[in-house]
Amino acid sequence: MQWETVIGLEVHVQLATRSKIFSGASTAFGAEPNTQACAIDLGLPGVLPVLNEQAVAMAVQFGLAIHAEIPEVSVFDRKNYFYPDLPKGYQTSQMYQPIVGPGEVEISLDDGSTKRVRVHHAHLEEDAGKSLHELFSNGRGHGMTGIDLNRAGTPLLEIVSEPDMRSAKEAAAYLRAIHSIVTYLGISDGNMAEGSMRCDVNVSVRPTGQAAFGTRAEIKNVNSFRFVERAIEFEVERQVELLEDGGEVIQETRLFDPERSETRSMRTKEQANDYRYFPCPDLLPVVLDQAYVDHLRETLPELPDEKRARFQSELGLSAYDASVLSASRDMAEYFEAVKAACGDAKQAANWVQGELSGALNREGLAIADSPVSARQLGELIGRVMDDTISGKAAKQVFQALWHGEGVSADEVIEAKGLKQVTDTGAIEAMIDQVIADSPAQVAQYCDAEPEKRGKMIGYFVGQVMKASRGTANPQQVNALLKEKLDALC
Amino acid sequence: MHDKTLSELADGLAFGEFSSRELTQHLLGRIDRLDGALNSFITVTFDQALAAADAADAARAAGQAGPLTGLPLALKDIFCTRGVKTSAGSKMLDTFVSPYDATVVEKLAAAGTVSLGKTNMDEFAMGSSNENSHYGAVKNPWDLAAVPGGSSGGSAAAVAAGLVPAAMGTDTGGSIRQPAAFCGITGLKPTYGRVSRYGIIAYASSLDQAGPMARTAEDCALLLNAIAGHDLRDSTSVARGVPDYTAELDAPLTGLKIGLPREYFGEGLDPAVAATVHEAIKVYESLGATVREVSLPHTHYAIPAYYVIAPAEASSNLSRYDGVRFGHRCDNPRDLIDLYQRSRAEGFGEEVKRRILIGTHTLSEGFFDAYYKKAQQVRRLIRQDFLDAFEQVDVLMGPASPTPAFDLGANKDPVSMYLQDIYTIAVNLAGIPGISVPAGLANGRPVGLQVLGTHFAEERLLNVAHRFQQTTDWHLRRPAFAEENA
Repeated sequence: MQWETVIGLEVHVQLATRSKIFSGASTAFGAEPNTQACAIDLGLPGVLPVLNEQAVAMAVQFGLAIHAEIPEVSVFDRKNYFYPDLPKGYQTSQMYQPIVGPGEVEISLDDGSTKRVRVHHAHLEEDAGKSLHELFSNGRGHGMTGIDLNRAGTPLLEIVSEPDMRSAKEAAAYLRAIHSIVTYLGISDGNMAEGSMRCDVNVSVRPTGQAAFGTRAEIKNVNSFRFVERAIEFEVERQVELLEDGGEVIQETRLFDPERSETRSMRTKEQANDYRYFPCPDLLPVVLDQAYVDHLRETLPELPDEKRARFQSELGLSAYDASVLSASRDMAEYFEAVKAACGDAKQAANWVQGELSGALNREGLAIADSPVSARQLGELIGRVMDDTISGKAAKQVFQALWHGEGVSADEVIEAKGLKQVTDTGAIEAMIDQVIADSPAQVAQYCDAEPEKRGKMIGYFVGQVMKASRGTANPQQVNALLKEKLDALC
Repeated sequence: MHDKTLSELADGLAFGEFSSRELTQHLLGRIDRLDGALNSFITVTFDQALAAADAADAARAAGQAGPLTGLPLALKDIFCTRGVKTSAGSKMLDTFVSPYDATVVEKLAAAGTVSLGKTNMDEFAMGSSNENSHYGAVKNPWDLAAVPGGSSGGSAAAVAAGLVPAAMGTDTGGSIRQPAAFCGITGLKPTYGRVSRYGIIAYASSLDQAGPMARTAEDCALLLNAIAGHDLRDSTSVARGVPDYTAELDAPLTGLKIGLPREYFGEGLDPAVAATVHEAIKVYESLGATVREVSLPHTHYAIPAYYVIAPAEASSNLSRYDGVRFGHRCDNPRDLIDLYQRSRAEGFGEEVKRRILIGTHTLSEGFFDAYYKKAQQVRRLIRQDFLDAFEQVDVLMGPASPTPAFDLGANKDPVSMYLQDIYTIAVNLAGIPGISVPAGLANGRPVGLQVLGTHFAEERLLNVAHRFQQTTDWHLRRPAFAEENA
């Protein structure tokens, strides 16, 4: 039987607000445990939440970026359950009236096509703290659990998709699209390693052609693009195998184990909590007036889709180049700065995707951490374009800049003496020397049919370039050599 | 000194008749001697009180005294008080020392008042008799066999017994007005949102409201001046100017339109209470007010709606008491579930558990629409009843409670206890203000007249109550307990 995979994603994005969603405590990552938790985060008796306006603005910006409806009124609800790292015994979330209504996200697939994935809604909520099991093990089999409430109250935007994805690759592309939108908007650092973006995946399979959905499993705790693909691939295989063996998929929550690349059952539907949602009486409904939403709309930055389209139409880049260069805000900003410095979009695109990306990949660096600044690279490209240096020399200059040997391309060119020699007299002297040193090759050249001479001239060009340590202008060398050799024959 | 009202004491301090230290020492001495019989305090803060009194005297000497500087009062043990045990009357919080001050506490301290301590209360403010306290029942100074009412029973008893001239209470379903009535003092529940809830241990967040309890309406006005106002830490507090609540106290009542809700004089009302209330109404007529009957047709739904909404919110509000971070933790938990179950089973009293169970049930999947949603719809109707009534009249009047204070142990059945709040609970659901004023005695126990106004009509209520107190002396009557022990 042929099976079709159906996937929906719930993406939790940590919003990059300075303080928490309901308190004034800092949200910075990595502080000593429980040093960034105030009375409100600790859920002390008597404390009350006050909504962080920045979190509201960020959620609305996201909604606008995915062309979603922004309801005038949204309401916070309490999701009640007991857990040691949930200080109040409930999570303040939005169940019934979320801040962002239905929208859609366009994803790019490997074959160059695009697909629209519908977003059901996105809602604001507070994060829980962390339970630290490892640090407190005493080595005798019954470990203690520590609670770190620094993360408690960090604002999250939970983005819930419709079950519109049909493969692990589509799911990963969707996640990348969300990542790119939130980082473009600057509403999240999108750092998956630090948990700034986390993902729950709903997966089911059904016989191809069947309209009804199969029973789904929810995979929790999938925290990288790669893991999303692997978790789905494993889960699809598990479900198909189960069904083909005459079994049944049960609705349950599963956990992805990245070490073993498998999912394991966490709890079944029967064990599921009844969260007893009800409107939080400590918070007023959020009422957004049109002027506020309009203002946020007007101040939205250029988004990935718009940028990609502009790179093609205005800068004349290929669809592929435009897509790669607009994939992240950092990449796009770097590229645009290079382009501004050298004045040529195609050259800038080639260098950013070629030499620069190669070097970054080798060292495992993000573009934001590139040792060569966009301005340095742009000036370097400019020197190739104005014939100051050859393309080959340019690679040397790039390496020098990469290793911090000089603050600008010009300085490196000067220091290394890489400036192209365009003085005809100097080049002629080198050519004469090469011809004098290569009588056998000259003889061969003269013996050859004129149409074959074009290829044979390469040897002489190489010798001259070598003699000039790469600084002679190759076009000039070529032309002068041909002239002189032909005169000899 | 302990017989004086807050404003009389303010004059005494201003004219140098006595210092805040002398006044404070006198009252601390009375608490020490008399409170053993009443049990109205959970914690007496002797040292902090004397230090605050000295600071107040110094401020006065420096010419920096405000209207409340140096005046003693007590706080219901539901107000978080920095460095002081704040128990909410529960074993669960017996060991909890708050690291911060509630906004009300902060404001009262800033006004120069001197807190003598924390008063007894029904556990987590759940109760109408003050019998649901981990620290034992409070006795009514008018009759030690009677309850003082609840949940702010300790505050009411302490004021009535002359241990303190005023105290702060909270009112979620009558918890200021009913004990004020039972103890013969004046108690004001302000409009929901008038006073910040920040730092008040939550029972039912959409209903809880703090207010003053004192001998006179004038004293309540002085205190409301200090505690009212918008608080950035409480999103449900209302950004609205605070008038001087003493400014209109003496305004004449000529032409005042009083409504008597038909539903507040029906079955279950003690005839002696009814007679007392009608006598009070006559006083108002003599002051130039007109009286007419009105109807609040959804009154009988108030108790059922309240006992869905309040427990639902409470079940969630009390989830934080899990034995993990603060409060009671059971000994040697086997595992996490055991920690939760035993800590909560041991830490909470019976009534609190009952309301957590009710609330958990009504919020459960499959019951939410039938209970919680329906109750919220009823709540809107009840609110509308009041708004309709206030189209016709300026204030509503009726009994604060169907009976005077009942005997300790008399109401064993929870539902008959819940019915005690029949006249007070709808007010919380509607969010409007209400005041209970001493209006007479029935069989030697005080009867309270309840006056209700529309949202933010506190100024009017205080005026109406004050004029009554200018004409009658019920608020000046002292229980034998306080007299004997003078």
